[in-house]
Amino acid sequence: MYFNPRVEQKIVRVILCLFTFITVAILVFIMIFILRKGLPVVSWEFLSKNPLDMGKSGGIFSTIIGTIALTFMALLVATPLGVGTAIFLTEYTFESRLTRVIRFGAECLAGIPSIIFGLFGFILFVTKLKFGWSILSGGLTLAFMILPTIIRTSEEAVRAVPGSYRQVSYSLGSTKWQTVTRVVLPSALPGIVTGVILSIGRSIGETAAVIFTAGSALRLPSSLFSSSRTMAVHFYVLAREGISMSKAYGTAAVLVLAILVINLVTYYLMEKFIRRYR
Amino acid sequence: MAISVKYFSHFFGPVQTLKKINLEVRRNEILGIIGPAGSGKSTFLRSLNRLNDLIPGSRVEGTIMINGEDIYAAEVSVVELRRRLGMVFATPVPLPRSIYENVVFGNRMAGIKNKRQLDELVERSLEQAGLWGEVADRLDSSACKLSGGQQQRLCIARILALRPEFILLDEPTSGLDPISTMKIEDSLRRLKEDYTIILVTNNSKQAARVADRTAFFLSGELIEIAPTDKIFTAPSNPKTNDYVSGRFG
Repeated sequence: MYFNPRVEQKIVRVILCLFTFITVAILVFIMIFILRKGLPVVSWEFLSKNPLDMGKSGGIFSTIIGTIALTFMALLVATPLGVGTAIFLTEYTFESRLTRVIRFGAECLAGIPSIIFGLFGFILFVTKLKFGWSILSGGLTLAFMILPTIIRTSEEAVRAVPGSYRQVSYSLGSTKWQTVTRVVLPSALPGIVTGVILSIGRSIGETAAVIFTAGSALRLPSSLFSSSRTMAVHFYVLAREGISMSKAYGTAAVLVLAILVINLVTYYLMEKFIRRYR
Repeated sequence: MAISVKYFSHFFGPVQTLKKINLEVRRNEILGIIGPAGSGKSTFLRSLNRLNDLIPGSRVEGTIMINGEDIYAAEVSVVELRRRLGMVFATPVPLPRSIYENVVFGNRMAGIKNKRQLDELVERSLEQAGLWGEVADRLDSSACKLSGGQQQRLCIARILALRPEFILLDEPTSGLDPISTMKIEDSLRRLKEDYTIILVTNNSKQAARVADRTAFFLSGELIEIAPTDKIFTAPSNPKTNDYVSGRFG
């Protein structure tokens, strides 16, 4: 089919606008739907009180703590491991069969369904290592889940640093480690942080892997070995067991808002620190 | 002799890029290196500060002696070597930092932290590179905002801050306008008093203007090396004559 190029341009432009609109509309729709049903339930008491009566009344404070603890633990483990691997693959090795195998392994890891991670975490951390249902088990399991994402995004970020920066650094008498820490990593930081944020988003919403490893205790966790419930799990239980749909929506609204705020704050910080020297 | 190159060959894997080069660099001279693209000029320069070591498959034969020491000997500290031979690349590469931080980068890596020392180094180096007047009031602004010519002078200041013995320049003005080129060539003439300079250029006229002696490279070999006016007016080798008179290149 041959279209007059000018007509073709106009048609394509309209189609692309439409696709974009649909994408944005879906996002906005989901957000509005959840916030409309959930925001009325959210109040200071909702956020600061623990769940009572299996969640039918009270708030979600303990689940907020649980979510933060689990995500933090996962990041604490996965970030150094992931960024370290990325640096090793890019700076300390040359492209070879070994690096391809490592990369392939990471990609495979990324494709494994989260419920399998839950099972793995249950067998290894909860049972074999006897950590029990705990923040420790949950955090470690989540760490392995987000590891491939962090490796992949960090590697891309590190590779994107221009080779000329490294050349200049070496030619001025830097060692390899100095070049990595003073030149490569600072330039790759925005990309690495993006990967970390993506991972936070995934961890916060993770349900299957967490139920099998961190359990679903409603009490405020007292140590790394306490079982704890995350907001996502709480939402699941409330909705599935029919305990309280309104509180379920409230939990969902808080989750969505949390992710939004995290993204906004981090991008603001990035702009502030990085824009200065571009 | 400041630098003594004897039967020096370089390979990238199976490909030979430099063939048994023999030449000497005298102290406080400007040695120009001319030749068509792919003749090994840049590879030779990078062999002097062992920057080629970074590329997998890089291999050398023969010796390069700097101040009487074989720079490819096992005990040599490459990091130290690279501070003694400062290199300026064809495209100016300011690091994404302030002007001040760019100039002191090498010094910081070497462990110098004293603010007063660094301040002095910055002023002195920018002065020697002919950039101080233009940036003295905005040392903390981003180096990336400078013009191309200013960036290149910044790169020169950056290596001068390390107080090297030698300055290696790889086609430093190829992307710059004539005024910036002139400023940099003037700087080189001034710097000659304190440093030994090797200038690779694909612009023969630049070599004619600036270099004391000039070497002509072709396909990895050193064809001829002689005082500049002799190379350009009465070269001994016919290949040199062909290149210099523009018959090819």
